[in-house]
Formats: sequence, C-alpha cells, structure tokens
Amino acid sequence: MSVVVAKRLVKTYVSGDIRVEAIRGVDFSIEPASFVSFIGPSGSGKTTLLNMIGCLDPPTSGYLQVAGQEITSLSRADAARFRGEHIGFIFQDFNLIPVLTVFENVEYPLQMVQEWPRQQRKKRVMELLDAVGMADQGDKYPSQISGGQKQRVAVARALVTNAKLVLADEPTANLDRETASRIIDLMKQMRDEFNTTFIFSTHDQRIVDSVEITFTLEDGILHRQETMTGGMVGGDDV
Amino acid sequence: MSNIFKLAARNLFRYKRRTLLTSMLITLGVVAVLLFIAVSGSFKALMVGQITDSMLGHIQIHKKGYLASIDSLPLNRNLTGKQLDKIVQVLAEEDGVEAYSMRIRLGAMFSNFIETTNIRLNAVTPTDEIKTAPLLSDRLLAGDKEGLIKQGEILIPELLAKGMKVKVGDAIVLVANNKDGSVNGQTFVVRGILEGISGPGGRDGMIHIDDAKSLLRIGTAEVSEVAIRLKDIDQLPAVFARLQKKLGSIKTQQGGAVFEMHTWEKISPFFNIAKMIDLMTFFIKIMLVAIVLVSIMNVMVMAVYERINEIGTISAIGTLPNKILALFIVEGLLMGILGTTIGTVISLVSIAIMNVTQIRFDFGRQTGLLLSPTIGVADVVLVVAMVIAIAVIASLQPAWKASRMDPITALKHV
Repeated sequence: MSVVVAKRLVKTYVSGDIRVEAIRGVDFSIEPASFVSFIGPSGSGKTTLLNMIGCLDPPTSGYLQVAGQEITSLSRADAARFRGEHIGFIFQDFNLIPVLTVFENVEYPLQMVQEWPRQQRKKRVMELLDAVGMADQGDKYPSQISGGQKQRVAVARALVTNAKLVLADEPTANLDRETASRIIDLMKQMRDEFNTTFIFSTHDQRIVDSVEITFTLEDGILHRQETMTGGMVGGDDV
Repeated sequence: MSNIFKLAARNLFRYKRRTLLTSMLITLGVVAVLLFIAVSGSFKALMVGQITDSMLGHIQIHKKGYLASIDSLPLNRNLTGKQLDKIVQVLAEEDGVEAYSMRIRLGAMFSNFIETTNIRLNAVTPTDEIKTAPLLSDRLLAGDKEGLIKQGEILIPELLAKGMKVKVGDAIVLVANNKDGSVNGQTFVVRGILEGISGPGGRDGMIHIDDAKSLLRIGTAEVSEVAIRLKDIDQLPAVFARLQKKLGSIKTQQGGAVFEMHTWEKISPFFNIAKMIDLMTFFIKIMLVAIVLVSIMNVMVMAVYERINEIGTISAIGTLPNKILALFIVEGLLMGILGTTIGTVISLVSIAIMNVTQIRFDFGRQTGLLLSPTIGVADVVLVVAMVIAIAVIASLQPAWKASRMDPITALKHV
C-alpha cells in the first residue's frame, strides 16, 4: 500500500483580494521505503507540498492519504498526534532543542510525544545514536557539535519513533559538500535499515542524483517524474 | 510532567541574567510585602494589646445610652441591681471570657491643697482589674505595682502629676458630685503615676471602687461599665455575638434594649488606624501583584518571541498544544517559585534579625516602644500562593499564544 496518495490536491493561499495557487491539482503516490525528492525553482510549491504531506498545512481541496489515513481534515491536536506517530522531520537548520543534550534531543519525541517507558526509551535512543554514529556524543549539547553532527542527530530524532515517513526540507543546504554527501549516505542507509520512506524538498543535485524518484514542480504543477534507480510511481502531466 | 519541569527549568537557566533579574524583582516585592505585614502587624498588635490589655478590655457592657453621653460620665446611666446580676450570670456561662472588671467612672475636682483641677477617674476592684487589664501595672511610671491600688490611694495620670507638681506619697483631695447633685470630698494618698496611652480612658486616674462608692455615696451595687477580657482575642466576634444574643434580648418595659455592648474596635479610635494599616497592606499586595504580573508577562512574552522557531520544531514533531501550553506556564510558575522562595527566606531572616536587635520606636507621647515583628504562617502562605498564582496567570497569555502557533509560520520565523 502506498505510504502517500494524493488526488487532485490543491492548495490556494488567499490574502485579501490576492489568490495564490501554490499547488494546482496534483496526483501522485509514493511507495513505502522510497527515496523521493521534490525539486523545482523557488516558489514552485515543493515546500507547500511537503508541508501538506507532513500534516502541517491542510490542502484546500483534493484527497491526501498518508500512512493509510486520510489527513485532509484533521484538527490541530489530531494533526500533531498524527505527526508524532507517523512522520519524522529533518530541517535545513537542524532545529535541535538547544537546552537538551544530543541524547535528550533524540529522546524528546519518545518522551514528550509518544511517552515511552524510560528503559525502552533509553534502549531505542542508543540504538539510533549508534546507527547515526553519534553514540559517543550523547552528553553534548547542540552548541558543542558540528553542523554535520547536528544533522545526524536530527536524522536520529526523525527515525526514533519508527516513523513510516521522513520529510526533509533542504537537509543539506547548510552543510559543506563532504558532510552533505555523508548525510545523504546516512539517510539512504537508514532507509535500508528501517524501511522508512524519505521525501526531500531540495535544490541539491547530490540528493537528486541519489534518489530513486524525482518529482519536479513548477508553478504548482507536477510536471514530470523520473525514476533514477527504480520504484513505482504515478503522476500527472508526465 | 517532570519532563516539562525539566525542560522549563533548563529554558530558564538558558537566560540566566533575565531569569535572575525577574526573580529579584519578585523577591523584592515579596520582601516588601512580608516585612510590611510583619512590622505593621507588630505595631498594630502592640497598640491593640496596649489598648485592650492596659485599659479597655476586649468587650465593654454599658447601660443603653451610656456611651453616647460618656463625655459627661453620667452617673444616672449606671448599671444596677438585677442588671448586674444578669451580666454576672451570662459572663459566668460564657467559656470565652477570661475575666471581667466592674468599674465606676466619674469626674471629680482634684486638689493638691494649692491648686485645683478636673480629673476623670476609673474606680475599680484591683484584683478584677489586674485580671482584665494585665498590662495596666506596666503603665505605672512611679509607685508600687504590687496589688495595683488599695482603699485611700489614687493613681494619677502622668500629665496631671506634672501639671500639679504631685508625686508619689503626696496627699490630695477629690471632690465629686453624686447623681443627686450633693458634693462630697475625700483625701487620698498618691500611690503611683500612670503613663498616658492613646484612646479613651488613657489619661484617666484610678481609685478603689469602694472609695468611689463612699465618695459618691452609692450604697447599692452600681457600676458604669463592665470590661471583659477574652481568653482568645481571635474569638472576639463569636463571643461578642453570643453575649449580644443573650444580653441584647433583654428589654425594658418600654421595649427598648437594657444593655449596650461594644467591642474595643468600636470604642477605640485606634481601630481606624488599624483599618488604615490593613488598607495599606492591601494596596501593597496589589502593587506586588502588579510587579509579578508585569515582570513575568514581559519575560514570558520575550521567551515565546525568542523561541518561535523552537516552538515550530516541537510542534512539527508532534508535541500537543496543551504540552506546549504547559511548558511555558511551568516556566512562569518556576520563576514565581524561585522569586517567592528567595523573598520568603530573606523576609524571615530579616524579621528574626529585627527581633534580635530589638528595634524601639516612639508613637505620639509614647517612647521606646519595642517593635517585635512577627508574621503568621497564614500570611506567608497567602502571599506565596498569591505570587505563584499570579505568575501562572501572567504566563497564560504568552503560553496560549505559543500553543496556538502555526508550526509553518513558526518554522519560517528567523
């Protein structure tokens, strides 16, 4: 079953008399354990699409199903609950909580969102920190580690809840070339290890080159899709 | 919940200087209020104690209409015979009463054989008076305190002693009119000099009740007032209500009340000063509320504004709005607790130091009054609870704003 299904998805922003159609009726689906990117120029609607998939922004119309659940009309609290259970986020600026240590940052979704018991939490966090190569940095605060390390921690945080889907908005934008490549490799490795679907919004050609499926958005329309290394995709305007 | 407290505490620690400054402001407010309550309470208790324990008693019973004409000390409005029996019976039945003293109040001419002046007198039974006004003997500036007074002796007010140049051991003459208008005179020996105090009767002299009866040619049981001391002044309203119920229901043949009863509050003008002190305490509490409200709200608004991006992050990764709300409320709560704890400790230490150093002050003509500030647990709890509650209330609006924040807008915030 597809992890994301979108049908005639529309997002329109209205400000006074001005209407901006950010997404204009797109159809697509994404299979589990895919490595997918949305690319396109600034203002093309890729972040909007990612926000809708991430249950952060409801569509204006159309049908959107994520992890087997229709998410078009969830309340604020239900949307938060859904995100906490099914979706992991990786941000361009890492967005770690500065007052928490590396360990606590990864632990946060288990503790504050899913409320796991302490021992299980500890085991799971160590598992993830080990997987991203940060097990020995658990006691450090975000201000004490490098950008690449921060993004590793962010990857661990996104995966720690066994999320079916990880959304990454420009995850390599603030990293140097070498670190960015390592982060991409890490995410691919995590996909293989945890069977998690990774969806990127990016300008980074290195990510585009490494994903299996690429959707190109222009003026809110999904123009084409490419299958770089295989995977089942449906789309419009192709 | 402990996670929320941990996160909130760390966020406060992140902005150490701001947290410290805000907490200091709250501390300052708490110290000001607690010290004011302690010092003003001490002053109030001292003055009330002095008034009730050395003169008025806690409750006074008179014949109806006596107080309205008290300036002329009317002898024709004295309590007599059956009225006194009834009062004695009711007081004996009342558990809250510790002691009572029956007094005759009279005006007389005072002569030192050279000059003559007016004097207002309280005629008392010494044993009863000592029990009812235990601090009375402390007002004796000169003379033997033991037993207070005997027949043939007089205690004269300080001002009169100075004005008439009379000292302990001197003989004086009192001349008084009885209620029928006949005049009688009697010689007394000055037993002591009484320090004047604020309030009614505070500048009166004192003689033995049997001397008053003889001077006024009163043959039967007759007194102007009955002063009552309670076991616990906090029980004043309850005891007063019970006495009022029993004595207030007794009517004359014409249907009017026989007795009138007053608490010290109604008799002493100091009660208005006490009320003013209470009012000032109230306004100081309001100022404290304002300080806490403004400072906490200011800090929390800043905290939310500075952490918009962080709020967006925790919201995006699934933190429920009510947890975000709780997180910011707990920050305000912790700041309130911190400021209040420090403030309470400083206040209690200051109060202890004031008691050890024995601060003395003058009030009116009274000098060297000892300030003994104390504060009740209830007052401390009330102030602490008030400050903490206000800290939480002040955090509500910023916390609500944080919890309602759109994660996308918050994440875009730079």
